[in-house]
Amino acid sequence: MISQERIRAVVEKVAQKPIPADPEESLFESGVLDSFALPDMIGELEKEFHLKVPDADLTPRKFDSVARIADYLSVHVS
Amino acid sequence: MAFLRAFGSYVPSRIVGNPELEALLGCDSDWIVSVSGISERRYADDTESVVDLAVNAATDCLSRARVQPSDVGLVIVASGSAGRRFPGPAAETASRLGMAGTPSIDLPMASAGSLFGMAIGAQLAALHGRVLVIAAEKMSAVISRPPLDRNTAILFGDGAGACLIDPKDGVAEIIDSSLHSDGSFAHNLLLEFDQPIHMDGRVVILQASRKVPAVIRELLDRHQRPASSIATFLMHQANQNLITRIAQALEVAPEKFYSNIARYGNTSSASMLIAASEWNAFRKDEPVVFAAFGAGFHWGALLALGT
Repeated sequence: MISQERIRAVVEKVAQKPIPADPEESLFESGVLDSFALPDMIGELEKEFHLKVPDADLTPRKFDSVARIADYLSVHVS
Repeated sequence: MAFLRAFGSYVPSRIVGNPELEALLGCDSDWIVSVSGISERRYADDTESVVDLAVNAATDCLSRARVQPSDVGLVIVASGSAGRRFPGPAAETASRLGMAGTPSIDLPMASAGSLFGMAIGAQLAALHGRVLVIAAEKMSAVISRPPLDRNTAILFGDGAGACLIDPKDGVAEIIDSSLHSDGSFAHNLLLEFDQPIHMDGRVVILQASRKVPAVIRELLDRHQRPASSIATFLMHQANQNLITRIAQALEVAPEKFYSNIARYGNTSSASMLIAASEWNAFRKDEPVVFAAFGAGFHWGALLALGT
């Protein structure tokens, strides 16, 4: 089980901003992430969770919220 | 074996600064600079076509190379903003340069067009002799199509660049190249005829942030060269923030990435050759990497070594 708190810590480290309490809220629409912070955040997630996100999975939708990130990681992190 | 003999460029005289776009697009100049690094761009006038831009850049290139048009064996013209379905601008450009009868090829590619043209030209030089690679874009005609989208309209400008590839000598030898394409992202950055350009910026930036450093590493690994050993990187001038991200990913000082995007904006396929033409500082035994990413997606890198 991937802890949402670990994900939130990674997102906050990259964004340098508080993130929405609602895990379903879009990190883009809430202004936490912009286009250039997204690659940085995915890079940090890869380090934190020891995975390599393949290029085919590099779509903003998969990483749009803490809940979506948790869904992705729950499938791809062993 | 093939060499980079000379570069050339042309940009229209009309300068469009950020303040001119403020009222039109409902955004302010500082925002444009912060999201793109662009302060101004050039727009061609209504009478200036993609072919006109291409001819001017090619003329500059041939003049610098001191090569007559009759001594060119093949012309390749990349453009993603040509004005009609066919014929593309290649044959007309060649004829206007006095090269009627010389084979000419259109590359209907946008941002990666000049990189692909150089890589293909390097292979064909052994067969055809000197290859003139031109990239020309009139993006102002594209971004002015309604409805105006400020996220794309702020980025693009007009211009053309050219590169003469010579099978025998030049300022740098083309050592190798790596090219890639993935059509599964075609819908994320596209231009339909008579439609505004569609760009999903988040996808483009995310993919480019990964693919460009990866293809540069792939190319350099084949030659046992670390990125830190490269003297200069000449990239497609897409967005200053993206260029900086790529430098960081390669752990290379951003100063090694030549940039003129502040003055010309993103001129799509033309940008890398305009940058090369302005930089034009090859030194013996110094490696230079060219790299581009664009609609398709197409992306790649090319390694050259100063002679």
